[in-house]
Amino acid sequence: MKNIKKMNKTTKSNLLTYLMVIAIYAVVQILVATGNVSSLLQGLLVPLCAYIILAVSLNLTVGILGELSLGHAGFMCVGAFTSAFFSKCMVDVIPSSGIRFFLALLIGAATAGICGILIGIPVLRLKGDYLAIVTLAFGEIIKNIANILFIGKDSNGLHFSTKDSISLGLEEGGKVIINGPQGITGTPKDSTFTIGVLLILLTLFIVLNLIHSRSGRAIMAIRDNRIAAESVGINITKYKLMAFAISAALAGVAGVMYSHNLATLTATSKNFGYNMSIMILVFVVLGGIGNIRGSIIAAIVLTLLPELLRGLQDYRMLIYAIVMIVMMLFNWAPKAIEMREKLAAKLKAGRKKNTKEAA
Amino acid sequence: MEGYLMVAFCFCTCYNIFQKGKECENYMSFISYLINGISLGSVYAIIALGYTMVYGIAKMLNFAHGDVIMIGAYVVLTVITGAGLPPAAAVLIGIVFCTVLGILIETIAYRPLLNASSSLAVLITAIGVSYLLQNLALLIFGANTKSFTSVVKVPSLVLAGGKLTISGETIVTILSCVVIMTGMQLFIKKTKAGQAMRAVSEDKGAAQLMGVNVNGTIALTFAIGSALAAIAGVLLCSAYPTLTPYTGSMPGIKAFVAAVFGGIGSIPGAMIGGILLGVIEIFGKAYISSQMADAIVFAVLIVVLIVKPTGLLGKNIQEKV
Amino acid sequence: MALLEVKNLGISFGGLRAVNEFHMEIEKGCLYGLIGPNGAGKTTVFNLLTGVYKPTEGIITLDGENIVGKKTIDINKAGIARTFQNIRLFKGLSVLDNVKVGLHNHHKYSTIEGILRLPKYYKVEKEMDEKALELLSVFGLDKYADTLAANLPYGKQRELEITRALATEPKLLLLDEPAAGMNPNETQDLMNTIRFVRDKFDMTILLIEHDMKLVSGICEKLTVLNFGQVLAEGETSEVLNNPEVIKAYLGE
Repeated sequence: MKNIKKMNKTTKSNLLTYLMVIAIYAVVQILVATGNVSSLLQGLLVPLCAYIILAVSLNLTVGILGELSLGHAGFMCVGAFTSAFFSKCMVDVIPSSGIRFFLALLIGAATAGICGILIGIPVLRLKGDYLAIVTLAFGEIIKNIANILFIGKDSNGLHFSTKDSISLGLEEGGKVIINGPQGITGTPKDSTFTIGVLLILLTLFIVLNLIHSRSGRAIMAIRDNRIAAESVGINITKYKLMAFAISAALAGVAGVMYSHNLATLTATSKNFGYNMSIMILVFVVLGGIGNIRGSIIAAIVLTLLPELLRGLQDYRMLIYAIVMIVMMLFNWAPKAIEMREKLAAKLKAGRKKNTKEAA
Repeated sequence: MEGYLMVAFCFCTCYNIFQKGKECENYMSFISYLINGISLGSVYAIIALGYTMVYGIAKMLNFAHGDVIMIGAYVVLTVITGAGLPPAAAVLIGIVFCTVLGILIETIAYRPLLNASSSLAVLITAIGVSYLLQNLALLIFGANTKSFTSVVKVPSLVLAGGKLTISGETIVTILSCVVIMTGMQLFIKKTKAGQAMRAVSEDKGAAQLMGVNVNGTIALTFAIGSALAAIAGVLLCSAYPTLTPYTGSMPGIKAFVAAVFGGIGSIPGAMIGGILLGVIEIFGKAYISSQMADAIVFAVLIVVLIVKPTGLLGKNIQEKV
Repeated sequence: MALLEVKNLGISFGGLRAVNEFHMEIEKGCLYGLIGPNGAGKTTVFNLLTGVYKPTEGIITLDGENIVGKKTIDINKAGIARTFQNIRLFKGLSVLDNVKVGLHNHHKYSTIEGILRLPKYYKVEKEMDEKALELLSVFGLDKYADTLAANLPYGKQRELEITRALATEPKLLLLDEPAAGMNPNETQDLMNTIRFVRDKFDMTILLIEHDMKLVSGICEKLTVLNFGQVLAEGETSEVLNNPEVIKAYLGE
């Protein structure tokens, strides 16, 4: 009986998360239809979806697996470039944008997931801050590679180079698809806000169902106590890799979203470097480590905050930084927590008194 | 002991490369790359020292450390161009300014989170402080690149009949690094405050029970780290004379890598890690690909950590069952 | 044939000989005690039995199968489960989920089935819930099923750790100081529970303990370890009256 009640509790919480996303979607759609959303904010909707997927997927690594990753943007980069490459090659072959984007999603997720496994095998042996720095290093390497890669296509097939587009040796009529630091230009704009929200729901479905399953429990057991998990027969490497790879694949999905919304895709330190990885980590920690719904809310608030502060012009990023520090202190400082609890207790007591008096 | 052996080993390796280089056609350029690498590496080492000391004591990655470098450089530049003070005085003012800044950051933003339930809390706050410093600099000094006038007045050294020139900045940078490292090592080993630092880094609770002022020691560590950051800022901008609000960011990350590379928490480790990183970066730029230099640096780090998971000189602590 | 046979087991850490020529035979269904002064190497023996450390030499057979050199998880699958001296629970998981992690290798469905919520997921999860609640009720922990393991009172945490170990369906259960930190009443309860577990699950139990009341009260056989060597072994009453043992415990 108790058990059924508990099942209901987690199901309820999950349902609330899904409903929240759908409600936000509906509100945004209404606001857009009534012309209440500036074009600047509208342009932010698809990247926002990508950020939410990134935050939820990073929470799988940081909150559920309990390992600090500073290279999440690297997996996003892999997903973005492979899928954009695919879409640009196939733009004439597959005219249906729906099917093309679906395939692009699969390819982006799969390559990012495979990268996750390849990187995870050596990296997950390390602990704590060492793991963090190596993931950061991998992220930077991936970004760097994206910047020196030249791929062209002509009737002979694909040509690769790491020098420049001329050394591809394309015959006349051949075209450069990935142009080193200039990246990929002309990826079909296949991603929309609606697709983005659907992908958020899919991500939530995968992550939430994983957490509340046999594998999810094994992953969290490793997080809480590796030695005890081993002693009850949990395969540490397998589940660590699984969590890391799923997290990477979902970051790849975010990358596909992101790249199919841009006229020109380039890998800079702003979008795929550690700055991005850190920004996503900020979403995860501010939203609550291991709290999936919190990640979504934090991603939305922190993405919109600079835009809402736009009126303050030069001061907006300064205020953003201060808000961030104050929020962290308020949420995490033991003294602040103590103070909040005291205040809550006082309020409760006060309310009781009031109701008594009223009675 | 192991640290000094490693340093000796590095110098032997460099010497060997130097000897082999003589047979090469472009050995002068090779040597000048090597010297540039050591010079850049010295700057990394000084920054990494700040990282490593703070990590050793507060067990936190201070992501704002790189931005303190940038602030230090701006202060020195402003004092020189604005107040027209001599460079030496300007550098001193920069150091004092950063020391105070470091203590302020520690007291306001980090100390309340020292005992937070997750160590990620203080990491994210450090990122917030980093954004704050960058945007303050952006507001005060503007986004435009400022050209930094070198504070070094030492003349260049011309060797091998004019084929090899070592700039004054390089000489000063390398010398500063050696002096700072030796000084810090002596400070940590010989002084009472240094002992307190080691005690706090081993076990905060036990140190407190033994009468060590833990908060004071942590503040002192931040003060020293920030003072070093100011010096590093001046040296970095003297060698690479451009300054923007984001100047500190990448060297900060690189120094963090250097600290981990050498074994985070270890002073000789920071020095070796920093210098190796600088040399690898310059050689990578010169001989392999200038765009791939950063990737090479990071790849070497990954290989080192996979072979030796706690860095070159890091202690390996096994969890007891 | 005995369930557990250990012959000539030894391990060195650097120059330190932690365990030397250790031997032990435990018959199926026996309640066996491993005692000795602090630092005698008792927990090291547990770590050797469970594959946390690889022995320098020696043979360990469980039910006729050699388990030396196997990984911890494979030794658990072969049938040895343990608890820890310093409690190691999955603190962020509920009491029920702690036990369900223990059931991991006996009630299976794939990750895909879990994510897609295929019928097998519901079926196996139901089985796991029932099984876990059944095990928890042995210790009267079923009423705490939804509580976070970290919020459990100390004595209950020890019992949860035993429940979790039992969930892996071991042939041999190793308990590392199960009564540490308990008051006499709690210890008495624990003694009854250990006996009950042995009888109900037909379990073989090896325990490390300092509480002599518990040892003499429930252990049928004992091995005494001193400086990594076996000092005495045999029936509990005999061993406890052995002058060598008394000397090792009380000093001269």
